[in-house]
Amino acid sequence: MTRRRAGYEGIAVAVPVTVPYVRYSIRGAHWWIGKAMAELCRRGRVRKEEIDGLCVASFTLTPDVAVGLTQHLGMTVRWLDHVPLGGGSAVVSLRRAARAVQSGDATIVACVAGDANHVDSFRLNTANFSLFARDAVYAYGSGGTYASFAFLTAHYMRKYGATREDFGKLCIAQRQNALKNPNALFKKPLTMEEYLNARPLATPVHLFDAVMPCAGADAFLVMRSEDAEARGLPWVRLLGTMERLNSFPQDPVQERGGWVLDRDELYAQAGVKPADMDFFQAYDDYPVINVMQIEDLGFCAKGEGPQFVRSHSFTYNGSFPFNTGGGQLSVGQAGAAGGHLGLVEAIRQLTGEYQGGAVKDAEVGLVSGFGMINYDRGLCCGAAILATGKRVP
Amino acid sequence: MTTPLERPRRKNPILRTRQPTAPPAVRSRVALGLTAAAARGVFELQVCRDCGATQYPPREACRACLSERLAWKPQDGLGQLVSETMLHHSYELFFRERLPWRLGMVRLDCGPVLIAHLHGDVAPAPTRVKVHACLDKAGQAALFAAPEKETPNMADDKQLREMTCDPKFRKVLVTDTKTALGQALVKSLVEAGADLVWAGHAEPWKKFAGFDELKKLPQVSLLPLDVTDSKNVRELAAEIGGRVDILINNAEHHRTYGIANRPGVETARAEMDVNYFGLLRLAQEFGPAMRSRGADGQSSAVAWVNILSIYALTNFPPHGTFSASKAAAHSLAQCLRAEMRPGGVRVLNVYPGPIDDEWNQTLLPPKLSPAALARAVTQALKQGVEDLYPGDVAQEWLARWRDNPKALEREISV
Amino acid sequence: MSALTELASSLAGGKIRVVDLTHTLSPGFPAIALPPEMGQAWPFRIEEVSRYDERGPAWYWNNFSCGEHTGTHFDAPVHWISGKDLPNNAVDSIAPERFIGPAFVIDCSKEAAQNADFLLTVDHLKAWEKKHGRISPRSWVLMRTDWYKKWRDPVAFQNYDEEGQHTPGPQVDAVKFLVEERDVLGFGTETIGTDAGQAYHLRPPYPCHYYMHGAGRYGLQCLANLDQLPPTGAVVVAAPLKIENGSGSPLRVLALVESK
Repeated sequence: MTRRRAGYEGIAVAVPVTVPYVRYSIRGAHWWIGKAMAELCRRGRVRKEEIDGLCVASFTLTPDVAVGLTQHLGMTVRWLDHVPLGGGSAVVSLRRAARAVQSGDATIVACVAGDANHVDSFRLNTANFSLFARDAVYAYGSGGTYASFAFLTAHYMRKYGATREDFGKLCIAQRQNALKNPNALFKKPLTMEEYLNARPLATPVHLFDAVMPCAGADAFLVMRSEDAEARGLPWVRLLGTMERLNSFPQDPVQERGGWVLDRDELYAQAGVKPADMDFFQAYDDYPVINVMQIEDLGFCAKGEGPQFVRSHSFTYNGSFPFNTGGGQLSVGQAGAAGGHLGLVEAIRQLTGEYQGGAVKDAEVGLVSGFGMINYDRGLCCGAAILATGKRVP
Repeated sequence: MTTPLERPRRKNPILRTRQPTAPPAVRSRVALGLTAAAARGVFELQVCRDCGATQYPPREACRACLSERLAWKPQDGLGQLVSETMLHHSYELFFRERLPWRLGMVRLDCGPVLIAHLHGDVAPAPTRVKVHACLDKAGQAALFAAPEKETPNMADDKQLREMTCDPKFRKVLVTDTKTALGQALVKSLVEAGADLVWAGHAEPWKKFAGFDELKKLPQVSLLPLDVTDSKNVRELAAEIGGRVDILINNAEHHRTYGIANRPGVETARAEMDVNYFGLLRLAQEFGPAMRSRGADGQSSAVAWVNILSIYALTNFPPHGTFSASKAAAHSLAQCLRAEMRPGGVRVLNVYPGPIDDEWNQTLLPPKLSPAALARAVTQALKQGVEDLYPGDVAQEWLARWRDNPKALEREISV
Repeated sequence: MSALTELASSLAGGKIRVVDLTHTLSPGFPAIALPPEMGQAWPFRIEEVSRYDERGPAWYWNNFSCGEHTGTHFDAPVHWISGKDLPNNAVDSIAPERFIGPAFVIDCSKEAAQNADFLLTVDHLKAWEKKHGRISPRSWVLMRTDWYKKWRDPVAFQNYDEEGQHTPGPQVDAVKFLVEERDVLGFGTETIGTDAGQAYHLRPPYPCHYYMHGAGRYGLQCLANLDQLPPTGAVVVAAPLKIENGSGSPLRVLALVESK
């Protein structure tokens, strides 16, 4: 019997910020993060000096780590964390920041993720991603994440009967959602024909199965709910979270994530069930991972994902609102901010600070993070359940 | 089904020659254990001495019990292909130029999962495969999953050929064909499908046994070559250097003296002039052109072979000055390897034990026959290895040397 | 006019011309080879030091290496065991006046063309003297065979088969005659040695080396252009390098010949 974890009473998550994405930019990560910080201060009605906690995620901050930003942006903080977990960084940043505020170690924590994107950025990041990737993956074709996820996708399709049309349906729905999002880099609808006929990257992964890397930043603040109230900010409650690293190492090919191990406790901590979710912002670097998250976070059994996809609709106004802003697949992936994209969208839906299609009467939502293909599988899985604290009037 | 290789058409002389590119070359020190074994044609992985778990990727602590007592052990490479992909995109020039490229994810019977290049004849997953450790064009270990059983024309697989140095349809220079070894090499290469073998021989006025048989082979072109003559080497390189795909330097001056039993330095100097400086001259004159032709079509420049000696590792005092000259050549051959790597040209260093020839006449067997050595070299080219220790004596010396080099030094100088 | 000034003006005026009896020193020139267990003479080798390049911008020069007995060369008495204890027997101690002397050219070209192992005998010499006069003391006796013309073809020049080398040379009796009866300065040939290719099997082996050097006389090998010399009347200048205790050296051999 595991000891019951503490909840997140008294915590508020607020001020969803996105610095509009650009495909290529000559600006470095410090610029994007600086812009996000400025916007947090402006929209959050806080002075920079009042922010005493900083949590940063970025792939392109080198040679700096988070502490470099304190001096770069002229901030003095009493709590600092650098979260290098890729798409898992948002949920993990939230977990860290929430505990810091709860314990009193910090009062207002800025959680920021931002990345530069130059024409050669992705190759450079991929070539030196991790020790195992450099020793045992990149020299084999140098296909980057396309190849890594191709293995997972091919396996999943073969074992559970998923088809390219199943994945295409999710991509098309997300594109629909993106059309309403002014920040999305993709502006045109996607048809099944276009999806299926797109050029292959690493079979069975094709062009529209992959995100578009871009430059950008996303951010939010974590504080006590009474501070959010005092500042007149719309805010969101944190009902429950989980994180799990390197789960199921015995699985020859990854087909499930750490969510399987912790989802029951997550929902118990939040006091809700999967069916109570008004939306799901999943980490969508590839559609196969979307399906995996739908299964692993309890919406259906393992292997029933394809059937679930066929029997639901995923637009923001569909039967299963999913990546309601368009997700990374249609908005773009700003490096380590890929996971923050979904968390920020969740805050928007729950407070009414919409930036695109609105999920009707959204009160409770699920956000999931995934990332860090250290070798042959994503090591980091995280999830958070959020609920409306206060909407915009 | 692998399409068998066809003889390439003559190269169009007015077209630019594609420059060599290489797969990513950076590896951690611990991962170089894989390369060290692949250099000898062996697939090794770390196995925990405490709990027996096999590790991959290479690492510093056992993934099962955290022990740091990890030892590299040979593997049979058998396993199951659990997933695969055909790459149509790559971030690196080498693979971009060779798309599409087939990759597989293999679960070895001994446990670990690995990513490997995938042979075209392997059936779609799930299926049984055998994983080999080859050397890629960057000179690093590359795991290659092939069918468990040999398939027709298996060596001609487009991806596998990037790891090997097959003489088929290639042009080879053998620097000394006066000796039985040189002639056996010529014969073996012709049998392996070489299109043209330039047979070098020094002091052409000393007509040698086997000369007439060599002349009869249609693929053979006899050329005067004295590796002690810089002018000769330079002029020959000017004539044929741009066409040599494989260079086998077996020129050797072998006498059987140590230090005290031969007054003067003349004999030792003659050994150095052929065995060490000969290599240097050849490398200076033939190296640059070969390096620039590492990606020059199907019959690209692909390998440089040095016939050294197991005595290069530890001096054999009865042939002391000869051993020293081979040690010098061994060191220089390592230098050559570093210089040729950017061109994707493999430097294969061969360390035979005593060859069954006139200068080893008084040594007791086992001795390596020239024919057996030639076959081993040809096989090593087909496999793409870079360190070859052919024959029982060489294998035993190597084992003793790796185990405790000082003990070997004493054992052979008793 | 003194004898010397007359010599100088004859040379300038063409009354006396110079015939070069020397092969060019190059890596391709055949070198003598002994059985493999023995020490070997170096063939001629040359390595560039610089050639108006980064190794030396305004100059061209080489280092070269060869044996004392490489190319057209001189043998001193110390070269052979029979001469090792004689006084003034090395290239640096031979009296310099010995480096200039008249030459008697014995034409064996027809015989050598028919028989690579041709041996010049006393009878041949006596027949030659009947036609051309007595060989005078302190002179060079040069055996013309036209063998020099084969120099571009090392196979033909060395002329090896399973029994060894086959090149013409002097018979034992001819050598003894030249030393004891004619008091010659030395013996010269166009082949790779003063002795015949199969001279190992004569008694004593290598009689020219044995008797000439044993008597403090000299040898010249790999001579060229002997066919341009008159049978008598030429004066040969053959001065080896002054190597400390040297047994011989490559050298420039010049013949002064009166024009007709």
